[in-house]
Amino acid sequence: MKYELQPTLPPPSNMIGIIGWLRKHLFNGPLNSIATIVIGYFLISFLVPTIQWIFFTSDWVGDSRDACTSGGACWVFINNRLDQFLYGFYPEAEHWRVQTAFILLIGSIIWLVVPPTPKKGLVATLLLVVYPVVAYFLLYGDVFGLKKVETHLWGGLSLTLVLAVVGIVASLPLGILLALGRQSEMPIVKSVCVIFIEIWRGVPLITVLFMASVMLPLFFPEGMSFDKLLRALIGITLFQSAYMAEVIRGGLQAIPKGQYEAADALGLGYWQKMILIIMPQALKLMIPGIVNTFIALFKDTSLVLIIGLFDVLAIGQAANQDPDWIGYSTESYLFVALLFWVFCFSMSRYSQHLEKSLNTGHGSRA
Amino acid sequence: MSSDISNSDHNPEGGSVKQKAPPLNKPKFWNDPKKRSLLFQVLLLTGLGFVFYSIINNTLTNLEQRGITTGFDFLTREAGFGIAMSLVDYSEASSYGMTFVVGLLNTILIAAMGIVAATILGFILGIARLSDNWLIAKFSALYIEIFRNIPLLLQIFFWYYAVLRTLPHPRQSMEFFGAYLNNRGFIFPAPVPQDGFGLVVFGFFAALFGSWLISRWSRKRQELTGQQFPVFWVSFGLIVGVPLLLFMFGGMPLGLDHPELKGFNFKGGVTVIPELIALWFALSIYTAAFIAETVRAGILAVSHGQTEASTALGMSKAKTLRLIIIPQALRVVIPPLTSQYLNLTKNSSLATAIGYPDLVNVFAGTTLNQTGQAIEVIAMTMAVYLTLSLLTSFFMNWYNARIQLSER
Repeated sequence: MKYELQPTLPPPSNMIGIIGWLRKHLFNGPLNSIATIVIGYFLISFLVPTIQWIFFTSDWVGDSRDACTSGGACWVFINNRLDQFLYGFYPEAEHWRVQTAFILLIGSIIWLVVPPTPKKGLVATLLLVVYPVVAYFLLYGDVFGLKKVETHLWGGLSLTLVLAVVGIVASLPLGILLALGRQSEMPIVKSVCVIFIEIWRGVPLITVLFMASVMLPLFFPEGMSFDKLLRALIGITLFQSAYMAEVIRGGLQAIPKGQYEAADALGLGYWQKMILIIMPQALKLMIPGIVNTFIALFKDTSLVLIIGLFDVLAIGQAANQDPDWIGYSTESYLFVALLFWVFCFSMSRYSQHLEKSLNTGHGSRA
Repeated sequence: MSSDISNSDHNPEGGSVKQKAPPLNKPKFWNDPKKRSLLFQVLLLTGLGFVFYSIINNTLTNLEQRGITTGFDFLTREAGFGIAMSLVDYSEASSYGMTFVVGLLNTILIAAMGIVAATILGFILGIARLSDNWLIAKFSALYIEIFRNIPLLLQIFFWYYAVLRTLPHPRQSMEFFGAYLNNRGFIFPAPVPQDGFGLVVFGFFAALFGSWLISRWSRKRQELTGQQFPVFWVSFGLIVGVPLLLFMFGGMPLGLDHPELKGFNFKGGVTVIPELIALWFALSIYTAAFIAETVRAGILAVSHGQTEASTALGMSKAKTLRLIIIPQALRVVIPPLTSQYLNLTKNSSLATAIGYPDLVNVFAGTTLNQTGQAIEVIAMTMAVYLTLSLLTSFFMNWYNARIQLSER
């Protein structure tokens, strides 16, 4: 008796294709089906009117509130005050300076991020060392014939970026010193670093900002006047350096002990060992942590509104009080939320991508 | 042939000779690591000492010039300002020390409310993110990605200004079952305990204790005989039933102080101010997104073999989640969870921005402005938060050490 193989049949039609996907993921049981229907109903009844309100029945161009007649979102409000949202109270004739400073920043960051570009080390060093000076002179002025723009006129998204970027860049060296000190074997150095880190990590940023804006003038001899922005920057830098120290400590601990021992065996001194062997390897591992800290700092810069600086959220609040535009506060909150969301979401996606690509099995062997 | 080697210690009898040890190659004084580290530390201490000395000197000079006294006597002076909400008796005649207590209690209140709400919401979202149902998983992911990337202050402002302030005037309040919602807050009838209510409270605690005893007994019984006991439902019945019975037989000893509209506002009842509601919503929603990610990481950290083994044993998905996955996931979840709780407590200081009278607003805000004693006030405020965070660190270290021991 011969055994003949029957021809193979295709899978049942309700298990493949879109029907199969629906059955597996949305309707694979009575409870799930009910949940899908209920949530689907709520989503549609909430999302459709919202999207209509935001995009389709809204007004985008105009001069005053009379242009907002269609009952949807009034983006004319944002359009009219866009300059304020982006540059704060910076004089309009000098906006090109802010734009130049940020184009340089974004350009160097793109250079560093996109993989195939050469000379990343040079660009990174220029960014960390030369750019701050250049940016300061561009923004503040008073040299090379540029008009002086006092810091209380800075505001909006540019002030938020200034606070965040300066906070991270200035807290990096301090954080490195603190992390190295915390790992040190000298008891006094270790305890000083631990106390410093634990104090700054244990208090809310608001109390740090209050402390910086109220107490800092008391710490210095009479006559030294302190710019409000500088006080906030000092507070933010000290606060961030503690968090940065923990990120750096995490990176340092991921380096196998064999590297430290090999460097000692070669007779390298402490600083040679750190600068030539350990830090270059650790920096690669720290970058996702540093990006995460940057995201948190970027969101926390909104707190400076409480000590009187005009970051983008404060401009939004001020815009809401404008008597010409009462009643459109939702639009301004949505716009500011969108700005923050775009920045933070893209940075967090980039950080996840980095973690995957840098996770080349480092430190998993002894 | 006599050897010409130096033989100052050559023993003529032959035999082993104690050689004088070659001179140690002692490093120079400034290269000896021990001495260098000592020198460095002494330098560091001196440097720090000098910095602190000059700061303190400058501060004292500046304070003197501005006519501000130092010391903590200001805590006994009369405050002279009202506080919108207080859990203890407070009036304008109370002292500044009392404002510290009121602010501290308000901070603890919002922190506790926020922690409870954020944990419940965060656990639900974290588990939902891993659901089979595509819609639920994506919806949860959407929630997490949106609320994690928007600053907390913006969310607080949105809830306060764009939602709660636009509620109607007290005269046109929205009403549900004797409670009212308007732009002055949420007002509901206050329970007024009367005689006999103490018995109900006693019954409640007795039921709690009884449930604990029952759960212990049932666990022992299950280990010995394998029989299960419906502990949850029995405890639920006890905790709800015993106080309820005592309540009914005691003649319903609970009065209700109904709020009544008098003029422009409500009198009576309990008012929950809109600042508290806005802060609670914003803090819970924001922290729940972070807790959801923590819970998701914890659940993913449990090896998939556990799920497969429990399915092979015939356990349903719900039982697997409850009995196998979550207990093991908790080990990974609890340390970051406690640090999220700490973040929530620190973030509650943003109440200053909308005027909720928490510790920072009342003490480091109004009291500092009125007395000018910046150093003492800010030091006290920072000390409170530092104590909380150090307690949390100790708890985390203790917990980590404890779960280490229970592993192989």
